[in-house]
Amino acid sequence: MAETRELMLARIREAIAVQHGPELPLPRDYERQGSLSAEARVETLLDRLREYDAQIYEASSENVATTVTNLCRQRQVKSLVVPEGFPAEWLPAFGGMIPEGELDRKPLSEIEAVLTTCTVAIAHTGSLVLRHGPGEGTRRLTLLPDLHICIVREEQVVETVPEAFDALREYVTAPITFISGPSATADIEMTRIRGVHGPRYLDVVLVRG
Amino acid sequence: MSIRVGESASAPSFQQAALALLDDTQLRRNVRHATDVITRKRGLVVGEQADWQALRDAGSAIKRHTLRHLDEYLLQFEQAFTAAGGHVHWATDADEANRIIVGLVKQHGGKEVIKIKTMTSDEIGLNPALEAAGIHPHETDLADMIVQLGADKPSHIVVPALHKNRQQVREIFARAMNLPDLGDRPEDLTAAARRYLREKFLKVKIGVSGANFLIAETGGVCIVESEGNGRMCLTLPEVLVAVAGIEKVIPRFADLEVMLQLLPRSATGERMNPYNSIWTGVHEGDGPREFHLVLLDNGRTKVLANPEARETLHCIRCGACLNTCPVYRQTGGHAYGSIYAGPIGAILTPQLHGMQHSQSLPYASSLCGACYEVCPVKINIPEVLVHLRGKIVEEQSANVESVAMKAMAMVFRSPRRFEAAQRLGRIGQWPFISGGWIRNLPGMLGNWTAVRDLKPMPQQSFREWWKQREKSNG
Repeated sequence: MAETRELMLARIREAIAVQHGPELPLPRDYERQGSLSAEARVETLLDRLREYDAQIYEASSENVATTVTNLCRQRQVKSLVVPEGFPAEWLPAFGGMIPEGELDRKPLSEIEAVLTTCTVAIAHTGSLVLRHGPGEGTRRLTLLPDLHICIVREEQVVETVPEAFDALREYVTAPITFISGPSATADIEMTRIRGVHGPRYLDVVLVRG
Repeated sequence: MSIRVGESASAPSFQQAALALLDDTQLRRNVRHATDVITRKRGLVVGEQADWQALRDAGSAIKRHTLRHLDEYLLQFEQAFTAAGGHVHWATDADEANRIIVGLVKQHGGKEVIKIKTMTSDEIGLNPALEAAGIHPHETDLADMIVQLGADKPSHIVVPALHKNRQQVREIFARAMNLPDLGDRPEDLTAAARRYLREKFLKVKIGVSGANFLIAETGGVCIVESEGNGRMCLTLPEVLVAVAGIEKVIPRFADLEVMLQLLPRSATGERMNPYNSIWTGVHEGDGPREFHLVLLDNGRTKVLANPEARETLHCIRCGACLNTCPVYRQTGGHAYGSIYAGPIGAILTPQLHGMQHSQSLPYASSLCGACYEVCPVKINIPEVLVHLRGKIVEEQSANVESVAMKAMAMVFRSPRRFEAAQRLGRIGQWPFISGGWIRNLPGMLGNWTAVRDLKPMPQQSFREWWKQREKSNG
């Protein structure tokens, strides 16, 4: 095996020994910083999430718990898993809540919904980024339940993809998931169908102020 | 060495295969519909991205820079990946990669594996190798499932089953999943796939994947997908084995800010695809406890060694060149006889496994340049096609065609010989003209007229007319 490695590296070195001209600097003239106002940035995010079939709810920092409670009731959710480190003041008043640490009570595959925070949200692409830190759960937590409820604070919204990568700079080795709408496919006649293997429903609660 | 690109070594020539497929009107309708939809969606989301050309420049430059230092970046990746708890394997060709993967699955006592869509595994023929070892691979991408359950072949690098319509998919699923009452709405078919695979995701202990990007700086891997089957395969099993071409490495984590803008817009016409996973090695309590990555050469170093064509390795497998190609849009993917179809397949396949195979592929193009225009990493596919055509001609020993071309060159070099040839041609052509066209030439020349009609040579050339005019004016 070590021989194979050396052989491949030798072939690569031999191949790249033939070069055309001098090495040029990498052009990075694409847009890094967005130009939208804070208000327009949030509106863009919500619009794009709606286009992906996400459901949007808005809340003030005081009534996040109530908003989540109401949406669970409306959706008739019977079981909801909440990851470790999720802010206590945002926990809904809800009987079917299961903390991540008590998953031995009920297998994750039988739980209907999951409630998490996120690290950053990208307006330009309508994406929520989880680095699976406190309040965001392990990767499987936001995968098996059919409904993912994600809380996004207004100040977490950036405009461009490069701005999001700046925000992720501290977490480059963490598991990171970009979520842009519920799981979907267009493999049959290019018709977009929501909900294949991941959550069929994505609810986003935007917290203002 | 056995470099293999699917079963393309034994495939018929593109022109032969295409001729039969052109009669399949259903297939042509399906391909036309799918490529129209993606092309339209791509146009909208690329049009709204004001800095698109700057992103293409950056994407192309990142790839060019990486290839120039490929050994360094692979070593950096290996070190970081290993430090994060992963195991790197190196494979010079398809057989070696398959041996490693089959060995790993056996070592863990696996009788079945769940697979994320990976073209690289199709390239090396992993599924037949697994099956030969008594291991059942379950494709979990919807389109790959359609191909696998229908015992078919992929016809597109992003949407491998775009040649099948809903009724055809219904037939395949109804039979394979034993669901005689299955409906044919895409919703019904998708729901059937969800039920069918859920249990496999929860039960199967080994996952197999490809990779969209390998990050040298962090040892990270990035996988881009839509359905969530990818996330299932890379987080639920205990062991994950990924296979990736050596050209998949990018230098820095932040380079993804370019690639993740270029890829979804080009591939599916979305601002962002539903899920991107980026992770590094093994994470305690989250995901597989063992992660293996097979770095594959399989002809790539040969491509890299050719300065005229190494940009072929920039490819991020978005499929935009297939969707826009006037040839692919008529024939679909199967005519290319390779799992890499369309313009990128026409340059990648023959280079990977040597010009003696797939010689017809560089000719499966009208050189219109549409592929270059849409390529997110600016691969000049027409230029590479012409270069490869030149190589094919060079490698061929003297044959009737090359002798004829030499004679032609001699004729074209002298005005006197050229005019004499014109006079001869005018006499020689008359038995073949019918209705103002030449439709059937005899012998070798018949290859030419088999696919196109010719205008006969005019009774008077421009030069003759000019001379006559001067005479009558003078």
